[in-house]
Amino acid sequence: MIEVRFHGRGGQGAVTSAELMALAAIAEGKYAQAFPSFGPERRGAPVQAFLRISDTPIKLREKIYEPDVVVVLDPSLLATANVKAGLKPGGTLVANSSKPVSAVRGECGFGGRTAVADASKIAEEELGVPITNTTMLGSLMKAAGLIKPESIVAPLAERFGKIADKNRRALERAYAETVIEE
Amino acid sequence: MARRVGLEVSLACAEAAKLANVDVVAAYPITPQTHIVEHLAELVADGHLDAEFVPVESEHSAISACVGSSAAGARTFTSSSSQGLALMHEILFIASAMRLPIVMAVANRALSGPLNIWNDHSDIMAERDIGWVQTFAENGQEVLDLMLHAFKVAEDKRVCLPVIVNMDGFLLTHVIEPLLMPEQAEVDAYLPPYQPQQRLDIAQPISMGMVGMPEVYTEAKKASLEALLGSYDVVKEHWAGFAKQFGRQYKPIESYRSEDAEVLFVTMGSLGETCMTAIDELREAGVKVGSVRIRLWRPFPVDDFLAAIQGAKGLIVMDRALSPGVPAGPVATELRGLLYAKGYHLPVQNFVAGLGGRDVTRADFRMMLDKARKAFAAGGEMTCEMVGVKE
Repeated sequence: MIEVRFHGRGGQGAVTSAELMALAAIAEGKYAQAFPSFGPERRGAPVQAFLRISDTPIKLREKIYEPDVVVVLDPSLLATANVKAGLKPGGTLVANSSKPVSAVRGECGFGGRTAVADASKIAEEELGVPITNTTMLGSLMKAAGLIKPESIVAPLAERFGKIADKNRRALERAYAETVIEE
Repeated sequence: MARRVGLEVSLACAEAAKLANVDVVAAYPITPQTHIVEHLAELVADGHLDAEFVPVESEHSAISACVGSSAAGARTFTSSSSQGLALMHEILFIASAMRLPIVMAVANRALSGPLNIWNDHSDIMAERDIGWVQTFAENGQEVLDLMLHAFKVAEDKRVCLPVIVNMDGFLLTHVIEPLLMPEQAEVDAYLPPYQPQQRLDIAQPISMGMVGMPEVYTEAKKASLEALLGSYDVVKEHWAGFAKQFGRQYKPIESYRSEDAEVLFVTMGSLGETCMTAIDELREAGVKVGSVRIRLWRPFPVDDFLAAIQGAKGLIVMDRALSPGVPAGPVATELRGLLYAKGYHLPVQNFVAGLGGRDVTRADFRMMLDKARKAFAAGGEMTCEMVGVKE
């Protein structure tokens, strides 16, 4: 079982990120759970979302305390949200940042496997808004696999309708541009 | 053939009401039940569900509208949570006394105060004695399945009682997970249209919900009690029918690795899943532990429960609500009473956990087991402990 924690700000779509991945995994015949950090939603406030993907049924209803992967949708959270909390020593950090990997590591204090893409820039250019949830899925998929790339197409189409293609382009660009350092 | 889909459990619950082809939905939104009601409103507004959606101004009105529509012979659904359920309180007794087969999904949530929108069972434990059939779901699939089963039981002419399906707020309602969504034809085969035994009809007037004078009140309560106790066989019968139709088996009490277990956890709702994983890990370390989960809460399946705990040397009963002023939570109090009445001398350690959204983890289960085993070995007083209180 792989456990993923998403950090974002209310309105950036962290919950949607987790949901889309879960739907893609379920469509592949896997088991998955996606859930928000339960509670009222506040735009701009730090929020978390959670994802479990497994080949066998998931019998767990506790929160995720020791994720295998942490995804950070907003660069300002790297230094402020303790994003590395509980991240397994062999785990992966996937961050949205315009800075190089070394600088990201410095900001969040995680020295392990790190994947970085400038998702804010990609989202601005491809979607016209700084909403990085779908863009960061490209980085996540490159850094951690989790699902087959083609599996995300149907959930994107279902969720975004007319703007699904734009989101897909942003995702694919992030996939191509993500830099990973072990 | 059923389709395997990924779906938020709230939507699965609403889809179950749609598959049941309800005639009337009267509900007022409240976190964490909101998505259930929103989705049903959408289904009705978009023409996917031919039902009357009554947008009431409170939960008291919601359940009152349900009483009226059910008395008129409509298949009726509502849903609530916490303060909303509490606001329904007085009408809930009337619904069961009038033998109206309303189905309600309760997204379990803490009662205020302090104001808290997160999960526990204090809302439903305050409604134990309303005379409704009550079940607890463990996961999304069970929410969907128990919903369909609820209509079948409620409307059975041997029962004619309202049914609550409990599902943990947020922990279930807000999770996207895989489940098998049955075809409409399969549901239609299991759940034919509602055939009321009697209904309000201006062509053939009857009175319902009359005053019960002292000369008849006791007998009326006895009749309601008999109906609720009698529903037990029907509940089981319709689970057997469900298994035949949909292939999934349900029992009043669910056991997990309990055959040779010395200690058994007793859980309800979504706690059962984390408990099972905790048990798997403990079993790997050689600990003889198992669990029993109460799926049918009312009527309480006494014989099934007693059969499920045979061989155990001690029970750890989990409560997700407090019963202030008595020595245990509501479930443990009840089970200790039951065991005493049936002549069992079995120690029952009680833990109140997961109040107001506090997470209950595998580590918590290990801690409870440690403490309980020590208490069982010492043979002392049975206690009740609130888990994880910061002092």
